[in-house]
Amino acid sequence: MTPEALVPLVVLLPLIGAAVNLILGHHRRAQVAVSATVLTAVAVVATTLLMIVDEADRGISVAVGAWEAPWGIVLVVDRLSAIMVVISAVVLLGVLIYAVGQGLADQDRETPVSIFHPTYLILSAGVFNAFIAGDLFNLYVGFEILLAASYVLLTLGGTGERIRAGVTYIIVSLISSLFFLSAIALIYGATGTANIAQLSVRLAELPEQTQLMLHLLLLLAFGIKAAVFPLSFWLPDSYPTAPAPITAVFAGLLTKVGVYAIIRTETVIFADSDVSTLLLVVGGLTMIVGILGALTQADIKRLLSYTLVSHIGYMIFGIGVGTELGLAATIYYVVHHITVQTALFLTTGLIERFGSSTSITRLAGLLKASPLLAILFFIPALNLGGIPPFSGFLGKVGLFVAGAEGAPENVGGPAWLTWAVIAAGAITSLITLYALTRFWNMAFWRGRDELEGYDSVLLQSVQEFPDASGATTLTATRRTPVLMVVATTALVVVTILLTVFAGPIFDLAGRAAINLEPAMYVSVVFPEGVS
Amino acid sequence: MTASLTLLILMAVLFGAGITIMLERSLTRVLIGFLLVGNSVNILIYLMSGMPGLAPILGEGVDPDEISDPLPQAFILTAIVINLGITSFMLALIYRSWWLAQLGDEGDSVDDTEDLLEDAEEAADLKRSSAEDDRAIQEVLDASDEEAPR
Repeated sequence: MTPEALVPLVVLLPLIGAAVNLILGHHRRAQVAVSATVLTAVAVVATTLLMIVDEADRGISVAVGAWEAPWGIVLVVDRLSAIMVVISAVVLLGVLIYAVGQGLADQDRETPVSIFHPTYLILSAGVFNAFIAGDLFNLYVGFEILLAASYVLLTLGGTGERIRAGVTYIIVSLISSLFFLSAIALIYGATGTANIAQLSVRLAELPEQTQLMLHLLLLLAFGIKAAVFPLSFWLPDSYPTAPAPITAVFAGLLTKVGVYAIIRTETVIFADSDVSTLLLVVGGLTMIVGILGALTQADIKRLLSYTLVSHIGYMIFGIGVGTELGLAATIYYVVHHITVQTALFLTTGLIERFGSSTSITRLAGLLKASPLLAILFFIPALNLGGIPPFSGFLGKVGLFVAGAEGAPENVGGPAWLTWAVIAAGAITSLITLYALTRFWNMAFWRGRDELEGYDSVLLQSVQEFPDASGATTLTATRRTPVLMVVATTALVVVTILLTVFAGPIFDLAGRAAINLEPAMYVSVVFPEGVS
Repeated sequence: MTASLTLLILMAVLFGAGITIMLERSLTRVLIGFLLVGNSVNILIYLMSGMPGLAPILGEGVDPDEISDPLPQAFILTAIVINLGITSFMLALIYRSWWLAQLGDEGDSVDDTEDLLEDAEEAADLKRSSAEDDRAIQEVLDASDEEAPR
């Protein structure tokens, strides 16, 4: 079997799995088996592809249906695509196990499993398709697949709260899709192609202003999806209302698909048109504004949603710096952030089950009640806050070093701007740590008996979640299903592994960054060159 | 590249109208706005394919320069299919939010047992009355049978 034959499997397997799951209908065990098998298979296939691509030092390109590029659709797997597919498949598998655990425990009152499994696999197919698309329109289709599935998952169960949150999310996503489609239309009008490799060559020939306009239109569409300030307003309102595993997978993956698309836009599609100063400014603002939002939240789910927005800023900063080291650090940071953010949201789901609340003002004494839960929260929290030696620290240091190295030569923007964004990044990291340790202090450290009439400066500025009208005292703690704990532990272990094997992974990210050279990408799709 | 002015104006009108309607608060209007803008983007894609030509089928004696560009048409078809799916989901969502607005969160727990009981009673009535009708008809028939030999 040639490596080319493996590439379409990444998208095909989840789609076939989704169809089988629909047929299986109410046979829950069979559905679980199919979903788990499919995602495991994709993880194995993607790992194989990553090894092949890394060994050969060049990407693989497949013309679907034997329609040669640039007319047909090409799927391109280079190191970056393969890394993204591997980490997404692992995270999706972990969250699936968690969701099954929760579903079994809740007797599926919250998540109708017969809908959940097919939709979840279709979401996976969309995510994988976006990562391996070698064609702008195919990227759009990948986005639409994952978005349509995410609409269903977000409004699962159709309670009033979820419909409200879902409507915001859906309308914002629809508008960003319309932007994306218009951008594709205009780019096609200007160049006569939608093939990413060919665009890389042809867009560079256009007048500078035309390039800039098309570039910004495309960035606008991706910026909404990646939740970059000022296009991030929708995220903290819509994510927290979904069931815990779904929020986890959205937070971990969906925004990163947007970030991935921005990386491709900056490195390959518009290699010639430079907006890196804009990216630096936007990256810095995303960090600061996002994390200031997190400071005032009493609800841990909303708090985490704001930190999610804020940490997207680091990746945008890395893309803005745009040097090899900057991109390598960005790729490493994306991988780190996918796992750590998902792990934190899964832990939040456990806290919600265990403490019957997610509000900082109503949780207490969790450390004594469940030391394991405390560890599961503490490690990713320190990791996200950037405490050495965790991967969050390494990723941030990589980004800062890349910025500092480029600053004297004004790479990406004026030196003072790069330094300012680095400072913003350091401050953001500290505030993240403050926000998360405050939650830790209140929910885990503080004794249960201190809850009544507790007064602290830490709690003065927090705002309650608008819909928090539940009980004011803790109800009896519920048992947490083993599967949920196992899945969360596994993801936390993955975040630790990212730290332990940081050297090889960072090297791999570095090689992936070298692969991002436009000439390299073009030669994969068109070995004989293209005009 | 040349383009049709009519289509350009149509696209602009659809865009403007669609965005205006999308800004309304009502979800149904947002959906209608989305449909208008979606179609105007489709027209934009079509405009970008250049002047129309022959059907894009390569055969003998067909000059490839004379056929219209098939790729944007494939894009439009895909976009239409995606829009259709999203529209049906939005309609379901609108119905659901209307349902929740009318009945609140209790909407789900409204029991239809009473309705079912009423239906069952009605059905029983119907059956009873039809049984009575049958008996009456049978009596009439019997009576006429008895009369017939005379």
